[in-house]
Amino acid sequence: MRFLFKTSYDQDIRLARHSGHVLWYGLLLAFLSAAPLVLPNYWSSLITMAMIYGIVGLGLMLLSGYTGLYSIGHAAFMGVGAYMQAVLTAKGWPFPLALAASMAASAVVGAVVGLPALRVRGIYLAIATLAFAFIVQEALVRWESVTGGNHGLAVGGIDLFGWETGSPLVFYYICLLLSVLATLGILNLLRSPTGRAFVAIRDSEISAQSMGIDLAHYKTLSFAVSAALAGLGGALSAHLLRFITPDQFGIVQSIDLLLIVTIGGLGSVHGAFFGSIFLILTPQVIALAKDYLPPAIGQTVGLQSVLYGLVLMAFVLFEPTGIYGRWVKLRTWFELAPLYRKGHAKRQRTFQKTERLA
Amino acid sequence: MSALLSVDDLGVRFGGLAAVRGISFDVRPREVFTLIGPNGAGKTTLLNLISRLYQPTTGDIHFDGHCITDMKPSRIAGLGIARTFQNIELFQHATVLQNLLIGRHTRRHGNFWQHLVFTHSVREAERAARTKVEEIIDFLDLQHYRDTVIAGLPYGVRKVVELARALCLEPRLLLLDEPSSGLNTEETNDLAFWIDDIREELGIAILMVEHDMSLVSRVSDRVLAMNYGERVALGTPDEVKAHPGVIEAYLGKGDEVLALRRARP
Repeated sequence: MRFLFKTSYDQDIRLARHSGHVLWYGLLLAFLSAAPLVLPNYWSSLITMAMIYGIVGLGLMLLSGYTGLYSIGHAAFMGVGAYMQAVLTAKGWPFPLALAASMAASAVVGAVVGLPALRVRGIYLAIATLAFAFIVQEALVRWESVTGGNHGLAVGGIDLFGWETGSPLVFYYICLLLSVLATLGILNLLRSPTGRAFVAIRDSEISAQSMGIDLAHYKTLSFAVSAALAGLGGALSAHLLRFITPDQFGIVQSIDLLLIVTIGGLGSVHGAFFGSIFLILTPQVIALAKDYLPPAIGQTVGLQSVLYGLVLMAFVLFEPTGIYGRWVKLRTWFELAPLYRKGHAKRQRTFQKTERLA
Repeated sequence: MSALLSVDDLGVRFGGLAAVRGISFDVRPREVFTLIGPNGAGKTTLLNLISRLYQPTTGDIHFDGHCITDMKPSRIAGLGIARTFQNIELFQHATVLQNLLIGRHTRRHGNFWQHLVFTHSVREAERAARTKVEEIIDFLDLQHYRDTVIAGLPYGVRKVVELARALCLEPRLLLLDEPSSGLNTEETNDLAFWIDDIREELGIAILMVEHDMSLVSRVSDRVLAMNYGERVALGTPDEVKAHPGVIEAYLGKGDEVLALRRARP
């Protein structure tokens, strides 16, 4: 087990809390940098997908996991980003500028959608975001002159100020760079007053207010940042898929995003990436397993949806802290072995008002 | 001495219920001012009016020359008013340290973009905030709990953490809503010392709602007794305790009390 002796405040401010973090995240980065050169193309495209969904998941994590505002319409922000990117690159905008514009457009839309969050919370907010997502999807279908309607829109390669490339390798590194930057940005926010204000709003709006936190400002900000990241992910996925249609950004996609943060573990940055890896890998695993299952089960239509549903229910019932929570428990087990006991990770739940009567 | 907080003819109605009616008083700098009264007298409502969680129907509140009657609740903290709650309102899933750092919100440095890239000046400000938070941790003896998550703390410690979070604002007026409720004798004793220290060392005025009369007499400079949303008596703790209206509010009419006394063998 590692004992940390704190000798300066910087140890609590730094991102890497100890040398182990530097080592392991360094190795992860080294692996991700080498992966497309070593692994087959198929696997590196899966990693690309996971990174893109990780970015979107980060955004939703900030909103739901850290600010406590739930959105079942997050795919709509991806849609805004994707279509903005498609339209702007078709007009000849260079890739980075188009990307920035797509993020900005999503952020603005996010801030507007955030308005109901100033009045309603919980399930009502979720319904408001759902309604918004339907509006966006409908707009994408009807606004045929720009979006091509249901026929969809083709997206070109990446134009880096004149140097055009369709290479998956370059795209992989762009996604890697952006997902690292997005993660660092979110981590920076979380260790600064802005991030603490988000967490304060999640845990107690009334005392957040009394601490001088302007609820309207920070809720709108959280929505805008979250939507900007979803827009970034959407724009990247447009380049990856090369062809976008409105139904890619519907309710099913939104639920997938919600799955990412719930299964990954609400309230952890790791969770966004764990969740997206889960989301990308599960269909592959199911496809592989199909051959080994009895045909009656293996060939059933909708097997994947059923399995998804079961897994989600299992997580909500048995591991509400998600994959990240499971990982933390596993790590604690190794650190404390053989002293680990079953109740270690258990939080005292009934420790509030009634506790003193008992 | 000029008043730090002055409340003038303050009243609020919830539908047909006048929870607070025509209350006027002022709190001077470095004063401990206590609100007492039976349950439902409107003490907490009055506190919520001052911290702007409720909108008053009549009257005005002035703090340090600013009229705060129509101010947003989040702006009150910036002026220098901090508060605690009757049913502890801490950030449950954060550590003590993180809770206290949120108390530094009004004195934060930098905007969103600077926080996003965590510039050098933001880092400096974080160090400074931590230094200030550590002062408060030392002041209230919370060293032991620094990295504990609130959900795992005993009730008495949570009360202290909430007080500490309010102090991290470096307020000039501290509103305490029943600070001793749920504390044992020893913890209440500590609280009395801290209230004295907060006034003497930090120079903060305190406006509190409290039921424990021995604590009230020990720390308060002036006491306002309320009943049914109205003022019953205002004065030093001894004056208020001897006031017939206060005895009546708690025990009933004078002759009824006398009758009780005679009945005793």
